[in-house]
Amino acid sequence: MVQDQSKSLDRVFHALAHPARRTMLRRLADGERNLSELAAPLHMSFPAASKHVRVLERARLVRRRVVGRTHLCRIEGKPLADASGWLEGYRRIWEANFARLDDLLDELKGEGKKR
Amino acid sequence: MKDTLKVTTPTDREVVITRVFDAPRALIFDCHTKPELVRRWLLGPPGWTMPVCEIDLRVGGRYRYVWRHADGREMGMGGVMREIVVPERLVQTELFDEDWTGGETVATLVLTEKVGRTTLTNTVVYSTREARDGALRTGMTDGMEAGYARLDELAAGMANDTFQKE
Repeated sequence: MVQDQSKSLDRVFHALAHPARRTMLRRLADGERNLSELAAPLHMSFPAASKHVRVLERARLVRRRVVGRTHLCRIEGKPLADASGWLEGYRRIWEANFARLDDLLDELKGEGKKR
Repeated sequence: MKDTLKVTTPTDREVVITRVFDAPRALIFDCHTKPELVRRWLLGPPGWTMPVCEIDLRVGGRYRYVWRHADGREMGMGGVMREIVVPERLVQTELFDEDWTGGETVATLVLTEKVGRTTLTNTVVYSTREARDGALRTGMTDGMEAGYARLDELAAGMANDTFQKE
């Protein structure tokens, strides 16, 4: 069980270790894309892009479905959540906001006392 | 003592943020409704400022926020005030100019005070589950980027170690 988990984490980190695959994941975070849409900004051939998508699929980071001649890819949340925390970025943004709000509140409380 | 932020997803379409502040709720309410205060903290990741912050604090009144990054990127959002109960409750619609949340969301801010400390609860309801997950993922990819930067450093460190051993 523990070994299974560490194997799947290995696959996730291997998949994330390539900048092209990270770029693909960022694009997929906005929604489903076909393979050509993923390949174009990376100036990659269709087969090269397909190979990268296969690595992402093996790590279960991406799911691919074939509709006619189009390969549609979408991001899968679960393994990334296990690897890095599903809400981490969202939380980070709000932690930064609220840390600033703490400082502002301290300042306003100080002003209140002076008055 | 530092208070920790809680982020939960109680239903398919909601995200709830909870945080305790060491301040009376009237001040926190002001910090959400007075533009000169809002623009000092509601900024997101480092590098962003808030050149536009307009709030018409009336039921049915509109508000408008625009953030600008040091590199020139801009992001705007706005909406309508639906409910205002000073200093405890604020309900507003939210729509980003880029509409990356798949339609309008509704945010409900509730402030409860107990002996000078205030619990803030902000509930955001998205139009669909997909919209919510998309919004959370956008944050997640930003967080991941920071994670990779650390991973890169780690990898570089490991590579150096290997060279030293040889």
